[in-house]
Amino acid sequence: MLNRDIVIIGGGPAGLAAAIAAKETGCSNVLLIERDHILGGILNQCIHDGFGLETFNESLTGPEYAARFINNFNDLGIEVMIGTIVLSLNADKILEVSTAGKYIRIKTKTVILTMGCRERTRGAISIPGSRPSGVYTAGMAQNLMNLENICIGNNVCILGSGDIGLIMARRMTLEGAHVQAVFEILPYCSGLSRNVQQCLNDYSIPLFLNSTVTEIIGNGRLEGINVAQVDTNGFPILETKRFISCDTLLLSVGLIPENELTREAGIELDPLTGGAVVNDFYMTSITGIFACGNVLHVHDLVDWVSEEGSEAGKNAASFLINGDIGSKENHIPIMHGKGIKYTIPQRVSLKKDFTLSLRIRTPGRDRTLIIQDKENVVMKKKVHHLHPAEMIKIYIPKSSISNSSSLKVTLE
Amino acid sequence: MSRRELTCVICPIGCNISIIIDGNRPTQIIRIQGNACKKGAEWAHQEVENPLRIITSSISVIGGDFLLASVKTTKPIPLIKVKQVMKEIHERKLIAPVSMGEVVISNPANCDTEIVVTRSIQINPVRSVNEK
Repeated sequence: MLNRDIVIIGGGPAGLAAAIAAKETGCSNVLLIERDHILGGILNQCIHDGFGLETFNESLTGPEYAARFINNFNDLGIEVMIGTIVLSLNADKILEVSTAGKYIRIKTKTVILTMGCRERTRGAISIPGSRPSGVYTAGMAQNLMNLENICIGNNVCILGSGDIGLIMARRMTLEGAHVQAVFEILPYCSGLSRNVQQCLNDYSIPLFLNSTVTEIIGNGRLEGINVAQVDTNGFPILETKRFISCDTLLLSVGLIPENELTREAGIELDPLTGGAVVNDFYMTSITGIFACGNVLHVHDLVDWVSEEGSEAGKNAASFLINGDIGSKENHIPIMHGKGIKYTIPQRVSLKKDFTLSLRIRTPGRDRTLIIQDKENVVMKKKVHHLHPAEMIKIYIPKSSISNSSSLKVTLE
Repeated sequence: MSRRELTCVICPIGCNISIIIDGNRPTQIIRIQGNACKKGAEWAHQEVENPLRIITSSISVIGGDFLLASVKTTKPIPLIKVKQVMKEIHERKLIAPVSMGEVVISNPANCDTEIVVTRSIQINPVRSVNEK
């Protein structure tokens, strides 16, 4: 059995940042495990630009953003196993790992979970119809086009207005496909507004809100889809049903944190995020196991993923050096008031200042976020533009909290 | 007179900007409304007169450890030139190795920009022999 101080599971942006920070904080015995044959995770297939605006103040493509972290990671001489998959993780922090045809066991003092997320599929949203080829999740289509050089179709419709769907609408148009339309069941677009402008409006691709695909039709290859408008409850209005001929359907209908290992280890999960419950050190319910990045909650900007990874890596290393950080008994929970979908962390130790990441439920303008403890308003923050697609981050100094049995966040 | 509605993409506020245009002369802007800052007005002005975009794509590579080299324009190009620039990108082929930042097309479609590679690609010895 191998022995390590920190094992990081996943070599995407969160894992790379965590490994770098752990090493720089003074932990030398760090191992990063990646199941792909290259580091960088999903950034490798995101060849569009717009990454790094917050971190580097420039607009990088995915591979360029990844390269900056990979170079730093390699320069620090951190140990890495690629082409390696973690089969199991238990509460004693023993990992069973499959690598290059070998089975090994690794005992570690701390673990950082950075497995990222996966896409929701046709099955997850139960679209009726036959099962022809030509139906892809948007990220799968992106992988095939940008890494495998495979043409996936010519006449395309897209369900869901998530950012990957919008990016793929532009990408396929530029590569010569005809993208007919994007359909979104919600009354608003779920992607960033700059992507609606640059990916759809620029190429005259219509976005139909309050609309969904009600049937997938085709024998062998996709022949077309039925689409319909939906009522205020999200149910299709049958009179509005129409047939659209197409050979390819992309699904951009959300992401799910990939937490099979987390669940098996017995770590407490938050049904609101799909990820682990963590404290302000990004430590989960099992002492010494940390989580960050998209496996914790789905982010909209990679810059925040790296920042969270860096924070978790630093905390894991200080945990090893200084011993226990924040005993769980004294944590106070963060309660959600009106308009709040979730918060990260879910509970805080109040031993340090912390950043609260949160998402709101519905779009709005000119509202106020209020954070209060048992008696006082701790903080008020005016927000001009609110959208569920855009994560809000608030820095909270511990000195601002006086009565510390609970904290509540509300949107007024 | 005509009116164009844009969502500003400069920052996350996403102002809804209206631009009133003189219908007789297509690019004559009479008034810009709804922007919260000066940058927004400048952006709206540019959007109406000559919208500029960074373009990213990929070029196939012979004999590399990746099949495709992702590429981008170093400077934004006029939106109306995108089709022509894409045509030049599609016609180009590369041979491994290529390194990140390497210029592979200069001034595509006479635009003041260069197409550079955004991923370094090493030689794959097996593919290198088979694909040549």
